[in-house]
Amino acid sequence: MTILVIAEHAGGVLAESTRRAAAAACELGERWDGVVLGEPGCEAVAEALAGLPGAQRVYCAAAEAYAHQLAEPVAERLAALVSEQGYTTVLTAATTQGKDVLPRLAGLLDVGMVSDAIAIEAADRFVRPIYAGNALETMSVLDTPCLVSVRPTAFKPLEPAGEAVEVDSLAALEHGGHRSRFVEESLTVSDRPELTSAKVVVSGGRGVGSAEGFEALAEFADEIGAALGASRAAVDAGFVPNDYQVGQTGKIVAPELYIALGLSGAIQHMAGMKDSRVIVAINKDAEAPIFEAADYGLVADLFEALPELQRALREAG
Amino acid sequence: MKVLVAAKRVVDYNVRVRVKADGTGVETSNVKMSMNPFDEIGVEEAVRLRESGVATEVVVVSLGDAAVQEVLRTALAMGADRAVHVDTAEELQPAAVSRCLAALVAREEPDLVVLGKQAIDDDCNQTAQMLAARLGWPQGTFACALTCEGDEVVVKREVDGGNRTVALGLPAVVSTDLRLNEPRYVKLPNIMKAKKKSLEQLALSELGVSVAPSLRCERVSEPPVRSGGVRVADVAELVDKLRNEAQVI
Repeated sequence: MTILVIAEHAGGVLAESTRRAAAAACELGERWDGVVLGEPGCEAVAEALAGLPGAQRVYCAAAEAYAHQLAEPVAERLAALVSEQGYTTVLTAATTQGKDVLPRLAGLLDVGMVSDAIAIEAADRFVRPIYAGNALETMSVLDTPCLVSVRPTAFKPLEPAGEAVEVDSLAALEHGGHRSRFVEESLTVSDRPELTSAKVVVSGGRGVGSAEGFEALAEFADEIGAALGASRAAVDAGFVPNDYQVGQTGKIVAPELYIALGLSGAIQHMAGMKDSRVIVAINKDAEAPIFEAADYGLVADLFEALPELQRALREAG
Repeated sequence: MKVLVAAKRVVDYNVRVRVKADGTGVETSNVKMSMNPFDEIGVEEAVRLRESGVATEVVVVSLGDAAVQEVLRTALAMGADRAVHVDTAEELQPAAVSRCLAALVAREEPDLVVLGKQAIDDDCNQTAQMLAARLGWPQGTFACALTCEGDEVVVKREVDGGNRTVALGLPAVVSTDLRLNEPRYVKLPNIMKAKKKSLEQLALSELGVSVAPSLRCERVSEPPVRSGGVRVADVAELVDKLRNEAQVI
């Protein structure tokens, strides 16, 4: 078995989700290869990848053609690499970037793929959630190569260890005829921990009521060093940007502590947070389904309970 | 401009699914079925392009047994011009669906294909990207805004860090995210009108593609259940439990 891990990066930094995908690679085999595609200057990312346990060979294609990691040229380059080297398994993290690229690679290679694997049963057998996590299916892969995107929260990120392996530079292909063009990006700027890797997540629902209401949640989150999340209802209502959404079709989180405020707990939302270690729910509706999943439920008005909670935690230090 | 949209018939999003006792799948008999919500957003977007004069024709396709015709009728009632039913009793995986859709694209020659980003049953999020790859077309996945400018479609995409906008030369494939639009409610007169619209039936074999599975389902099981449900009386008790019982603070 030969494994290739496709890396993701932003701002010259290797994504934590890739270190988690590499952890899945380590579960599958002792050694794995990695590949980084990006703009000139992304070599530092490849070096970070090369320093992870199990890395055997790391390729880096740093070229204008791969700036912004657009799916069209990136998938084409990956398809050539996978075919030339004859990889039997290709892994990436199931982030929006991974979800954009890996199925395109599968299409180019004319194979199927497994999305969002949460457990590995064998080299060709994976467990994944379906129906918003209300069922788990175990799938055997019949095609070669075997393409799998892994759910980052299901794997602990690898930490750099020992000597980094050498990085091989990978030439850009002559990409003719591509019609995708990057226009602009508007990324949420925040000093808060990243939602998908935070230890504590404070999350709000429709019950928060407004963007101003979310400011109170943000203040609370900042005080306890938490990330801020939201339900689809809160995002649709325009209280917070879309990248705050936790759920079946948004982000999947599994923090140590998930504090759900004014959030009813639709099954689609629960799909994104039910693997949190401890769930706290504060909602004035005693019938809200979130209470079924919460370890600790408090029936209260969140704007009354929140300052009190903030004070109590502050006193507790 | 001609737009092709695809619609999958899935278990309604309000249904709490149950895993079958024999572990072969989830219970789908006597369960409410609907159009996949992301596909509904795709149909709505295509119909809006038609209404604003950007698109000249909207063709909707669904793959499955006779029951998928319900979904096609809904799409026609929403405003699609005509429907194609690819008749098959087989359960098709995304790779197979992308092969079928590529064959339909060769037949229909659309300028734009709009698909839901994922089906809420298998949650795969693969078909649009696979189709774009097969066709060698650019892709704009997870779209929350879409405008046609000349021979390009400009797609604002929902990504992990926020939004990212790409311009795609036509023909192109777009997959829809939740905030692209809010699908209309279908009005009764439109349901009546939809009955007169063309609904063509094709046998799967007519597409001449392989629908061999890429994956084999070994079993379907219940996820571990959370043993939640403890109510606390006030904030003081909550903080005490978090500190002494859960030990998270």
